Amino acid sequence: MPIDIDIAKVARLARLALSDEELDLYRAQCEVVLEHAALVQALPTEGVEPTSHPLRRTNAFREDVVTECLDTEEVLAQAPDRDGNYFRVPPILEEP
Amino acid sequence: MKFEPVIGIETHVELTTASKMFCGCPVEFGAPPNTNVCPVCLGLPGALPVVNHTAVEYAMKIGLGLQCEIAPHSVFSRKNYFYPDMPKNYQISQYDLPLCIDGYIDIETDEGSARVGITRVHMEEDTGKSTHLGAGGRIGAGSQTLLDFNRAGVPLMEIVSEPDLRSAVQARAYAEEVRGVVKRLGVSDVKLEEGSMRFDANISLRPEGASTFGTKVEVKNMNSLRSVQRALEYEIKRQAAVLEAGEEVVQETRHWNEEDGTTAAMRSKEEAFDYRYFPEPDLVPIAVDEAWRSEVASGLPELPAQARERYRAQGLEPTTAGLLSREVDLGRVFEDAVGAGADARTVANWLTGEVTAWLRKESLLLPDSHLDGAALAELEAMVGAGDLSATAAKDVLGGVLSGEGRPAEVAESRDLIQVSDSASLEPAVDAVLAANSDAFEKLKSGDHKVMGFLIGQVMRSTGGKADPAAVTRIINERAG
Amino acid sequence: MTDLADLTLSEATSGLQGGEMTAVELLEAVHRRATMTEAQLHAYLNIDRPGAARAAVAADSALGKGAAVSKLTGIPVALKDNLVTRGLETTCSSKILAGYLPPYDATVVGRLREAGSVIVGKTNLDEFAMGSSTENSAYGTSRNPWNPERVPGGSSGGSAAAVAVGSALAALGSDTGGSIRQPASLCGIVGMKPTYGLVSRYGLIAFASSLDQIGPLTRTVTDSVTVLEALAGYDPADSTSHPGAVPDFRAGLERGVAGLRIGVVSELSGEGIDPQVQAAVARMVTSLEGEGAKVTEVSLPSFEYALSAYYLIAPAECSANLARFDGVRYGLRRDGDTVEEMMANTRAEGFGPEVTRRILLGTYALSAGYYDAFYGQAQRVRTLILNDFDSAYGQVDVLVSPTSPTTAFEVGARATDPLAMYMSDVCTIPSNLSGHPGISVPVGLDDAGLPIGFQVMAPALGEEVLFQVAAEVERIAGFSERPALANSRADI
Repeated sequence: MPIDIDIAKVARLARLALSDEELDLYRAQCEVVLEHAALVQALPTEGVEPTSHPLRRTNAFREDVVTECLDTEEVLAQAPDRDGNYFRVPPILEEP
Repeated sequence: MKFEPVIGIETHVELTTASKMFCGCPVEFGAPPNTNVCPVCLGLPGALPVVNHTAVEYAMKIGLGLQCEIAPHSVFSRKNYFYPDMPKNYQISQYDLPLCIDGYIDIETDEGSARVGITRVHMEEDTGKSTHLGAGGRIGAGSQTLLDFNRAGVPLMEIVSEPDLRSAVQARAYAEEVRGVVKRLGVSDVKLEEGSMRFDANISLRPEGASTFGTKVEVKNMNSLRSVQRALEYEIKRQAAVLEAGEEVVQETRHWNEEDGTTAAMRSKEEAFDYRYFPEPDLVPIAVDEAWRSEVASGLPELPAQARERYRAQGLEPTTAGLLSREVDLGRVFEDAVGAGADARTVANWLTGEVTAWLRKESLLLPDSHLDGAALAELEAMVGAGDLSATAAKDVLGGVLSGEGRPAEVAESRDLIQVSDSASLEPAVDAVLAANSDAFEKLKSGDHKVMGFLIGQVMRSTGGKADPAAVTRIINERAG
Repeated sequence: MTDLADLTLSEATSGLQGGEMTAVELLEAVHRRATMTEAQLHAYLNIDRPGAARAAVAADSALGKGAAVSKLTGIPVALKDNLVTRGLETTCSSKILAGYLPPYDATVVGRLREAGSVIVGKTNLDEFAMGSSTENSAYGTSRNPWNPERVPGGSSGGSAAAVAVGSALAALGSDTGGSIRQPASLCGIVGMKPTYGLVSRYGLIAFASSLDQIGPLTRTVTDSVTVLEALAGYDPADSTSHPGAVPDFRAGLERGVAGLRIGVVSELSGEGIDPQVQAAVARMVTSLEGEGAKVTEVSLPSFEYALSAYYLIAPAECSANLARFDGVRYGLRRDGDTVEEMMANTRAEGFGPEVTRRILLGTYALSAGYYDAFYGQAQRVRTLILNDFDSAYGQVDVLVSPTSPTTAFEVGARATDPLAMYMSDVCTIPSNLSGHPGISVPVGLDDAGLPIGFQVMAPALGEEVLFQVAAEVERIAGFSERPALANSRADI
């Protein structure tokens, strides 16, 4: 199966600011890997349930009990930028 | 051409569990920034989510309250998109296998009654909060953004309706009803102004009689029930104008602006619709067997629809019954008052009229006031006995609400006890008849139109304390 | 006199508990070994001398008092740097986490500390555990102690090199597609991936959540058991953790293989396997048969597709797992006029080429219109692989194969060909897709003096029989050679 990746779109989705040269290189490499990976399509899987997990466990819950939070100072000490008790980032351009 | 609006509503509800959806941090409104956080809800490297059992039961309650089926097998998925107030840059949500499916609620408006389908109710986690500095706090114009992750990971339920709504009025009624159901279930504080309940609408127009859908627009930021109606009314007009001008509606997300009463297109992400959902590998599926389902179902309180039926049977108007059934505090006081022997309609009218208006004016909730069912019953008994006029009763109600005392005490201290014994009233009536002999003569000659005037004069001279029924009786006696 | 750094974990435990040496002396020996070898090997990113010294003193105090101690009390252990350690820099060998000090310990780190072990430091890995050579580290390539021109394998290459050379007596790694077993094989030590869910992943910086599993790298099979005993067991903080009983890892160690049914995986022999590796594996199989095992060849046809499925599933999960590295709350930030630009600049700068490539692959495989053909299909293939394993385990008790198709390759040899690099994991990936346990045991050296690993695979929670066979393989192989670097002496 020939693979044709819109690599610029994929990079935007993945929030990676890549140069045109990088995009070209990654597209070529990804296409090679994906052509190999696309071998999975050769296997007939009609009626086969997907496995998203090697375990067949269900209902792993915790009780609704409050536990200790982290120390705010220890958390914010790792922040690249902060303002008081807030994390600070450049302005947001897009709505969620 | 006439257009028919097609509206579906997505409702987000924050649950009032003690702890967050996937970690033990407290669910608490108004804590200092970034204090209710841990490795899980901050998305620190290596942290893993674990599902809050109570949140699942609350979600089941919402589903059951909306007549949904509870899926025997449901899974969490990752919804992938980048946003700075979302710590992992994916939201743990449910996608193709939600917890609750295929429900409905019935709504009643002046336009009639309607059944609105509920497509699904699913569980997810809330995001943190962004504060945009500069430019009036608007997105896209500020200088910096501050992030607080206290809200990140708060259990959030999404209730998705079918596109069954056909007017802004219906949309509002739907929103009110959903809010009433969730409120009665006691699983959220449903405060729209604090964002613990939020509504988004999808709306399109189509020529009346058409069976296909038009291009839909998503409307966000409707922060009150009233704004749900206003925003959709605006949007219906806007889309109709676009279509009538022969243009096409653009599929987009629009922001409701409460102040100027308009919607405006939001700058949306280029790749907004490619969320790359896949099953959340850090969590295992949820299996609900019949035993668990019925255990939760048996703990459900009475739902608004059932309460509404009972209230209707007690003789209440549909809108009054609807309001009392949705506003569970009002409903409880109503039932207490009726239980204490009060007349249902009188008490219901007070609750939906004066009491609601007073609470709104004072920005209070009913439990914050001094009113209870016994006080309402007492008040109603005083009116029934002729000790209070209907007007004075409303006055007394205000006094009771603000804590001046029991109804009898308030009536006493405000000097509102009605005079109805003839001996006390006769001098006042005679004085009025003497001063208005022309009118009295007209009455005697059979012109009953002047009766109201004469009663009014007596009420005036007694400072409103005379019992109008008694006054009428005395005048009639005097007229022979 | 034996250098203490050359002791196995069990020998050291006896020595410590018998009062023949102290934990401080043992740690000093390990530090000396590191000092001698690190310049060439670069197994460690960060050696925590003060923290280890404190732990060693505490261990000696516990040992001296005759207090309740464990087999790990006083044992110097190295941690792959994708396990978070409170207050100790944790980078995943990535620029994007340079300087990051986690505010909490991974569950396994807590368990090691409770057991009294001495954490030597954090070992090098392929960035975010993506690779098979440790060349994809932002902080330099680790080298193979048997020949520094060669790679130590990966992604737990630093852990494997440290244990092989004696700069730790045991190490933890993580295995997503073979990242414990393959470097163990290339470095001539024992590397074990437990059943998925047996060891908590809480605090393991995720690469591919449904495949990742933490496990031990040790010199011997018994040592592997000892470390796993400390790690395994239910953790309520990991929803995928196994809530049931932990298998008895030790029970079968002395049992031999008589009467056991051993299956040789036909898809993992012959084509693509280096002839010397193939021959060593065949010899071992013959020996096992000689010890009374019933050997059959077993075909698992879906294995042909395992690598393809893996290279869809792992990148897809990684694309989401690595989304959180965005310059907002921790780690690297590169400026931008808007938060969107800041994030994109940070990520482009912070991630190396292999990580970037896998994020792109995974993002594409999940994106609208491709999900079903790629990710969805890969998940169905995963079911087929599980089915193949299930039917194989209906006929045999364990499966065996080479661990790696080749011995250690030269640094740089596969660096520009992702697909060739990915082939390194062809024998190990099926057990990750199925969640089954696997172990690599050294069985000899090739003509170039490089170690060959023999892989044993068992069904879910089949660790008892896995270790049973592994112990017999170890006994038969009698592999006692030490890498040249371990024999260099600092005191000369």
